[in-house]
Amino acid sequence: MTTATTVMKQHLIDPEICIRCNTCEETCPIDAITHDSNNYVVDASICNDCMACVPPCPTGAIDNWIQVVSDNAYSIEEQFTWDELPEPQEAPEGAEVVEAKAPAAPTASEAQEQEGDQDLENKPFTAAGASIPPWSAAHPYTNLYTHKNPVTATVVGNYRVTDSDTDSDIHHIVLDMGDTPMPLLEGQSIAIFPAGEDENGRSYHARQYSIASPRDGERPGYNNLSITVKRVVEDHDGKPVKGVCSNYLCDLQKNDSVKLIGPYGNSFLMPNLPDSNLVMICTGTGAAPMRAMTEHCRRLNKEGKYRGKLMLFFGARSERELPYFGPLMNLPKDFIDINLALSRQADRPKKYVQDVIRERASDVLALINDSKTCIYVCGLKGMEEGVLAALKDIVTESGKKWEDVHAQLKTQGRLHFETY
Amino acid sequence: MSGINYSEKIPNNVNLSSDRTLQRALEHWQPNYLQWWQDMGPEASQELDVYLRTAVSVDPSGWAHFDYVKMPDYRWGIFLAPQDGDRKIHFGEHLGEAAWQDAPGEHRANLRRIIVTQGDTEPASVEQQRHLGLTAPSLYDLRNLFQVNVEEGRHLWAMVYLLHRYFGRDGREEADALLQRHSGSEDSPRILGAFNEKTPDWLAFYMFTYFTDRDGKFQLSALSESAFDPLARTTKFMLTEEAHHMFVGESGVSRVLQRTAQVMNELKTTDPEAIRKAGVIDLPTIQRYLNFHYSVTIDLFGADQSSNAAIFYSAGLKGRHEEGKRTDDHLLKNDTYPILEVHNGELREIQVPMLNALNEVLRDDYIRDSVAGVNRWNKVLEKAGIDFRLTVPHKAFNRRIGTLSGIRVSPDGTVLTEEQWNANVDKWLPTEEDRAYVASLMGRVVEPGKFANWIAPPPMGINRQPIDFEYVRFN
Ligand SMILES: Cc1cc2nc3c(=O)[nH]c(=O)nc-3n(C[C@H](O)[C@H](O)[C@H](O)COP(=O)(O)OP(=O)(O)OC[C@H]3O[C@@H](n4cnc5c(N)ncnc54)[C@H](O)[C@@H]3O)c2cc1C
Ligand code: SF4
Ligand code: SF4
Repeated sequence: MTTATTVMKQHLIDPEICIRCNTCEETCPIDAITHDSNNYVVDASICNDCMACVPPCPTGAIDNWIQVVSDNAYSIEEQFTWDELPEPQEAPEGAEVVEAKAPAAPTASEAQEQEGDQDLENKPFTAAGASIPPWSAAHPYTNLYTHKNPVTATVVGNYRVTDSDTDSDIHHIVLDMGDTPMPLLEGQSIAIFPAGEDENGRSYHARQYSIASPRDGERPGYNNLSITVKRVVEDHDGKPVKGVCSNYLCDLQKNDSVKLIGPYGNSFLMPNLPDSNLVMICTGTGAAPMRAMTEHCRRLNKEGKYRGKLMLFFGARSERELPYFGPLMNLPKDFIDINLALSRQADRPKKYVQDVIRERASDVLALINDSKTCIYVCGLKGMEEGVLAALKDIVTESGKKWEDVHAQLKTQGRLHFETY
Repeated sequence: MSGINYSEKIPNNVNLSSDRTLQRALEHWQPNYLQWWQDMGPEASQELDVYLRTAVSVDPSGWAHFDYVKMPDYRWGIFLAPQDGDRKIHFGEHLGEAAWQDAPGEHRANLRRIIVTQGDTEPASVEQQRHLGLTAPSLYDLRNLFQVNVEEGRHLWAMVYLLHRYFGRDGREEADALLQRHSGSEDSPRILGAFNEKTPDWLAFYMFTYFTDRDGKFQLSALSESAFDPLARTTKFMLTEEAHHMFVGESGVSRVLQRTAQVMNELKTTDPEAIRKAGVIDLPTIQRYLNFHYSVTIDLFGADQSSNAAIFYSAGLKGRHEEGKRTDDHLLKNDTYPILEVHNGELREIQVPMLNALNEVLRDDYIRDSVAGVNRWNKVLEKAGIDFRLTVPHKAFNRRIGTLSGIRVSPDGTVLTEEQWNANVDKWLPTEEDRAYVASLMGRVVEPGKFANWIAPPPMGINRQPIDFEYVRFN
């Protein structure tokens, strides 16, 4: 047997676009970039694809990753002579494609991040909120695994977290990552490929799911994570359909394997200070990131390392359709201020999250005015409208201009939306 | 991420909130700044949502955040590159001593002057460009203009911070004066000549951002070597933003050339008249614009021999470009450097003490950098199979400052009589007619993905957005 040839992506600078401004050389933390009087070049033997040089480059010239056969990587001397970038090298037959060098650091923007994953099933709505994280947030890893190098996880738990007599079938699914590194932060998501093929014989697109476990794992200290999946049995208009991925996931058994990619998300992240406050507004499976954040705070709290306020607005049709209702209610009142909005309770007027937010206007306002507060909204697409309107009313009544406050919350990374 | 205080009106990583006096001084200055932006900043732009890059911290992941922002809400913050705990002065008389965290008494006046001169150029270019938004060739270009403008504004902030923080009352007065001088004003013009010229059209804007903002790069680079650590750190971070301005210039001219070459190939002609008829800018006109902006800009480096430059260097106030990468003794007392002078009606080089020629040293570094980019422009023509090549004129051409200011020199370096000059100047510098022609092409294009006829679209969008992205929203 011959040793397998591998092809890799080499980090190269486009000499036709680069303006030789030296920004990248200045930025690279490990001096992988150098120049002569002709070109700026990346030394493949040094560069670790950390991406630090990418956002500061004013031209985009630096953002090139061209396929080369690994024994054939371009030396810096060769690159010095270039006038334009070479074509990708043909992979020899039987070559193994390693995309090992995937961007590991947070990239400049959500748009950039999603670009590589154009064929994820749907995009969350995030625009009404900030595109930057709170300043104290821990740095996330994104796009560690992509379509070209997905990873496999093992199901180690799958149970229903809504009452069995309700229509709403929501599962809590725990996935073990084995030896595969999967560093995650609360608020990030992963995407899962459902098994099987569509009617045209193509594999299904991956669907995204928010992480429901905190950064140190569903089980602390283990390389595992959890997600909260609602079985889709009717579409948004109420017509019966069998959701492809959600049904696949809800029906998984222990020890089944699952193919996934990610992580995604570099702005819906929690602040990382002991005294920051979180206002969490969610419906249905939008509870997943809120569970992750709450659980992280709870673990910190146990060690006396968290002193902020948590306020939760949680909407569902009834208590029994609230995922995690039991565990949630067991949390101490002085730890989290829980506000339920139930829309189908016998003999009671319908209540939506925005109604309950208005009822708690003065407390919400105090938190908005506190720069240590961040607000998170997650759930079904459309819910952001009601929430925004409620926040607007509260702020306006206090005599401030909502547009100003809203803009400020955005530029400070303090208001985040993720609805789908 | 360094400690940026988001809760304050003035985003910063200098722990502003711990210095009440300074914070009050800046809060006092800020409304005047906003008023200046209103009065002198980009015209008819206050309400537009612009897809801007904003720095929220100085580390790589934090300083390039993209979002729609109204320009008056842009985070004109104060950002200094991280402090290097034991930075040493690495040139001049104080070589080897610890860098200064405060302005030493004997150098205060000179440091203040350096900072004021640098600071004065920042709002100046915003003023020079204030009408350009009305004739942008595309949304992409409009956004780039505004990005340049807000960053110039932020650079002004950076200099104003230094003045307020380190120069007491004098500093505050100088900071106020920065908003009172205006580009091209009769009574109180900007300090440097090139910043009182008009930037009437987009070709001039691209040339300006290519040539004149590159002067900014070299000046900032020399200041980033300063023994006065706050100045060094401030300018270091400014340099990362300055790169975008040069990008706008370099790619702008490149796209103009590309479009002209395309039309020349389609019409199979090199006749400037025919090319103008097709609504694109002929190559000789581009060459004349280049000659003008290049020569005006190299004047910005000052007189060829300057005792001030020697003082600034020896005292450690302002170094050379890439001082740290040079291998001489960093004192330069025994070195000489060639400069040009006129002797018997001809140009010749003479050697002068290097310390007095430091302006010339920086100018020459600048020239090398500019020429390299002009060669990249020529590649565009080469690729299109067009014979024409752009060249930079001789260093002595059209100079207004220093020993060369008194003489007439052609672009190829021949010393001329006044008559010879007058007979040919229209071939070398843009004429009224050239300017009128270029002006006639200027009209605002606002449909996403559409470009004015005289310029090619860029090869890629900003922040990997598509070319037809709505870079500016007109509400
Ligand atoms: C960032 C992000 C995070 C997400 N996090 C979670 C999460 O934590 N938990 C979770 O369960 N889902 C989450 N989703 C939604 C998830 O990705 C899938 O859309 C969902 O599981 C349905 O996929 P499916 O393959 O079962 O349905 P499909 O086969 O793709 O769709 C079947 C039909 O149902 C409609 N439909 C899709 N989703 C829903 C829905 N939720 N309700 C009603 N009709 C629907 C579709 O429009 C289609 O008509 C998230 C989505 C995004 C973008
Ligand atoms: S990706 Fe990271 S290591 Fe590679 S050149 Fe850029 S900054 Fe340097
Ligand atoms: S930062 Fe970008 S444009 Fe500047 S030298 Fe590096 S690759 Fe070229």
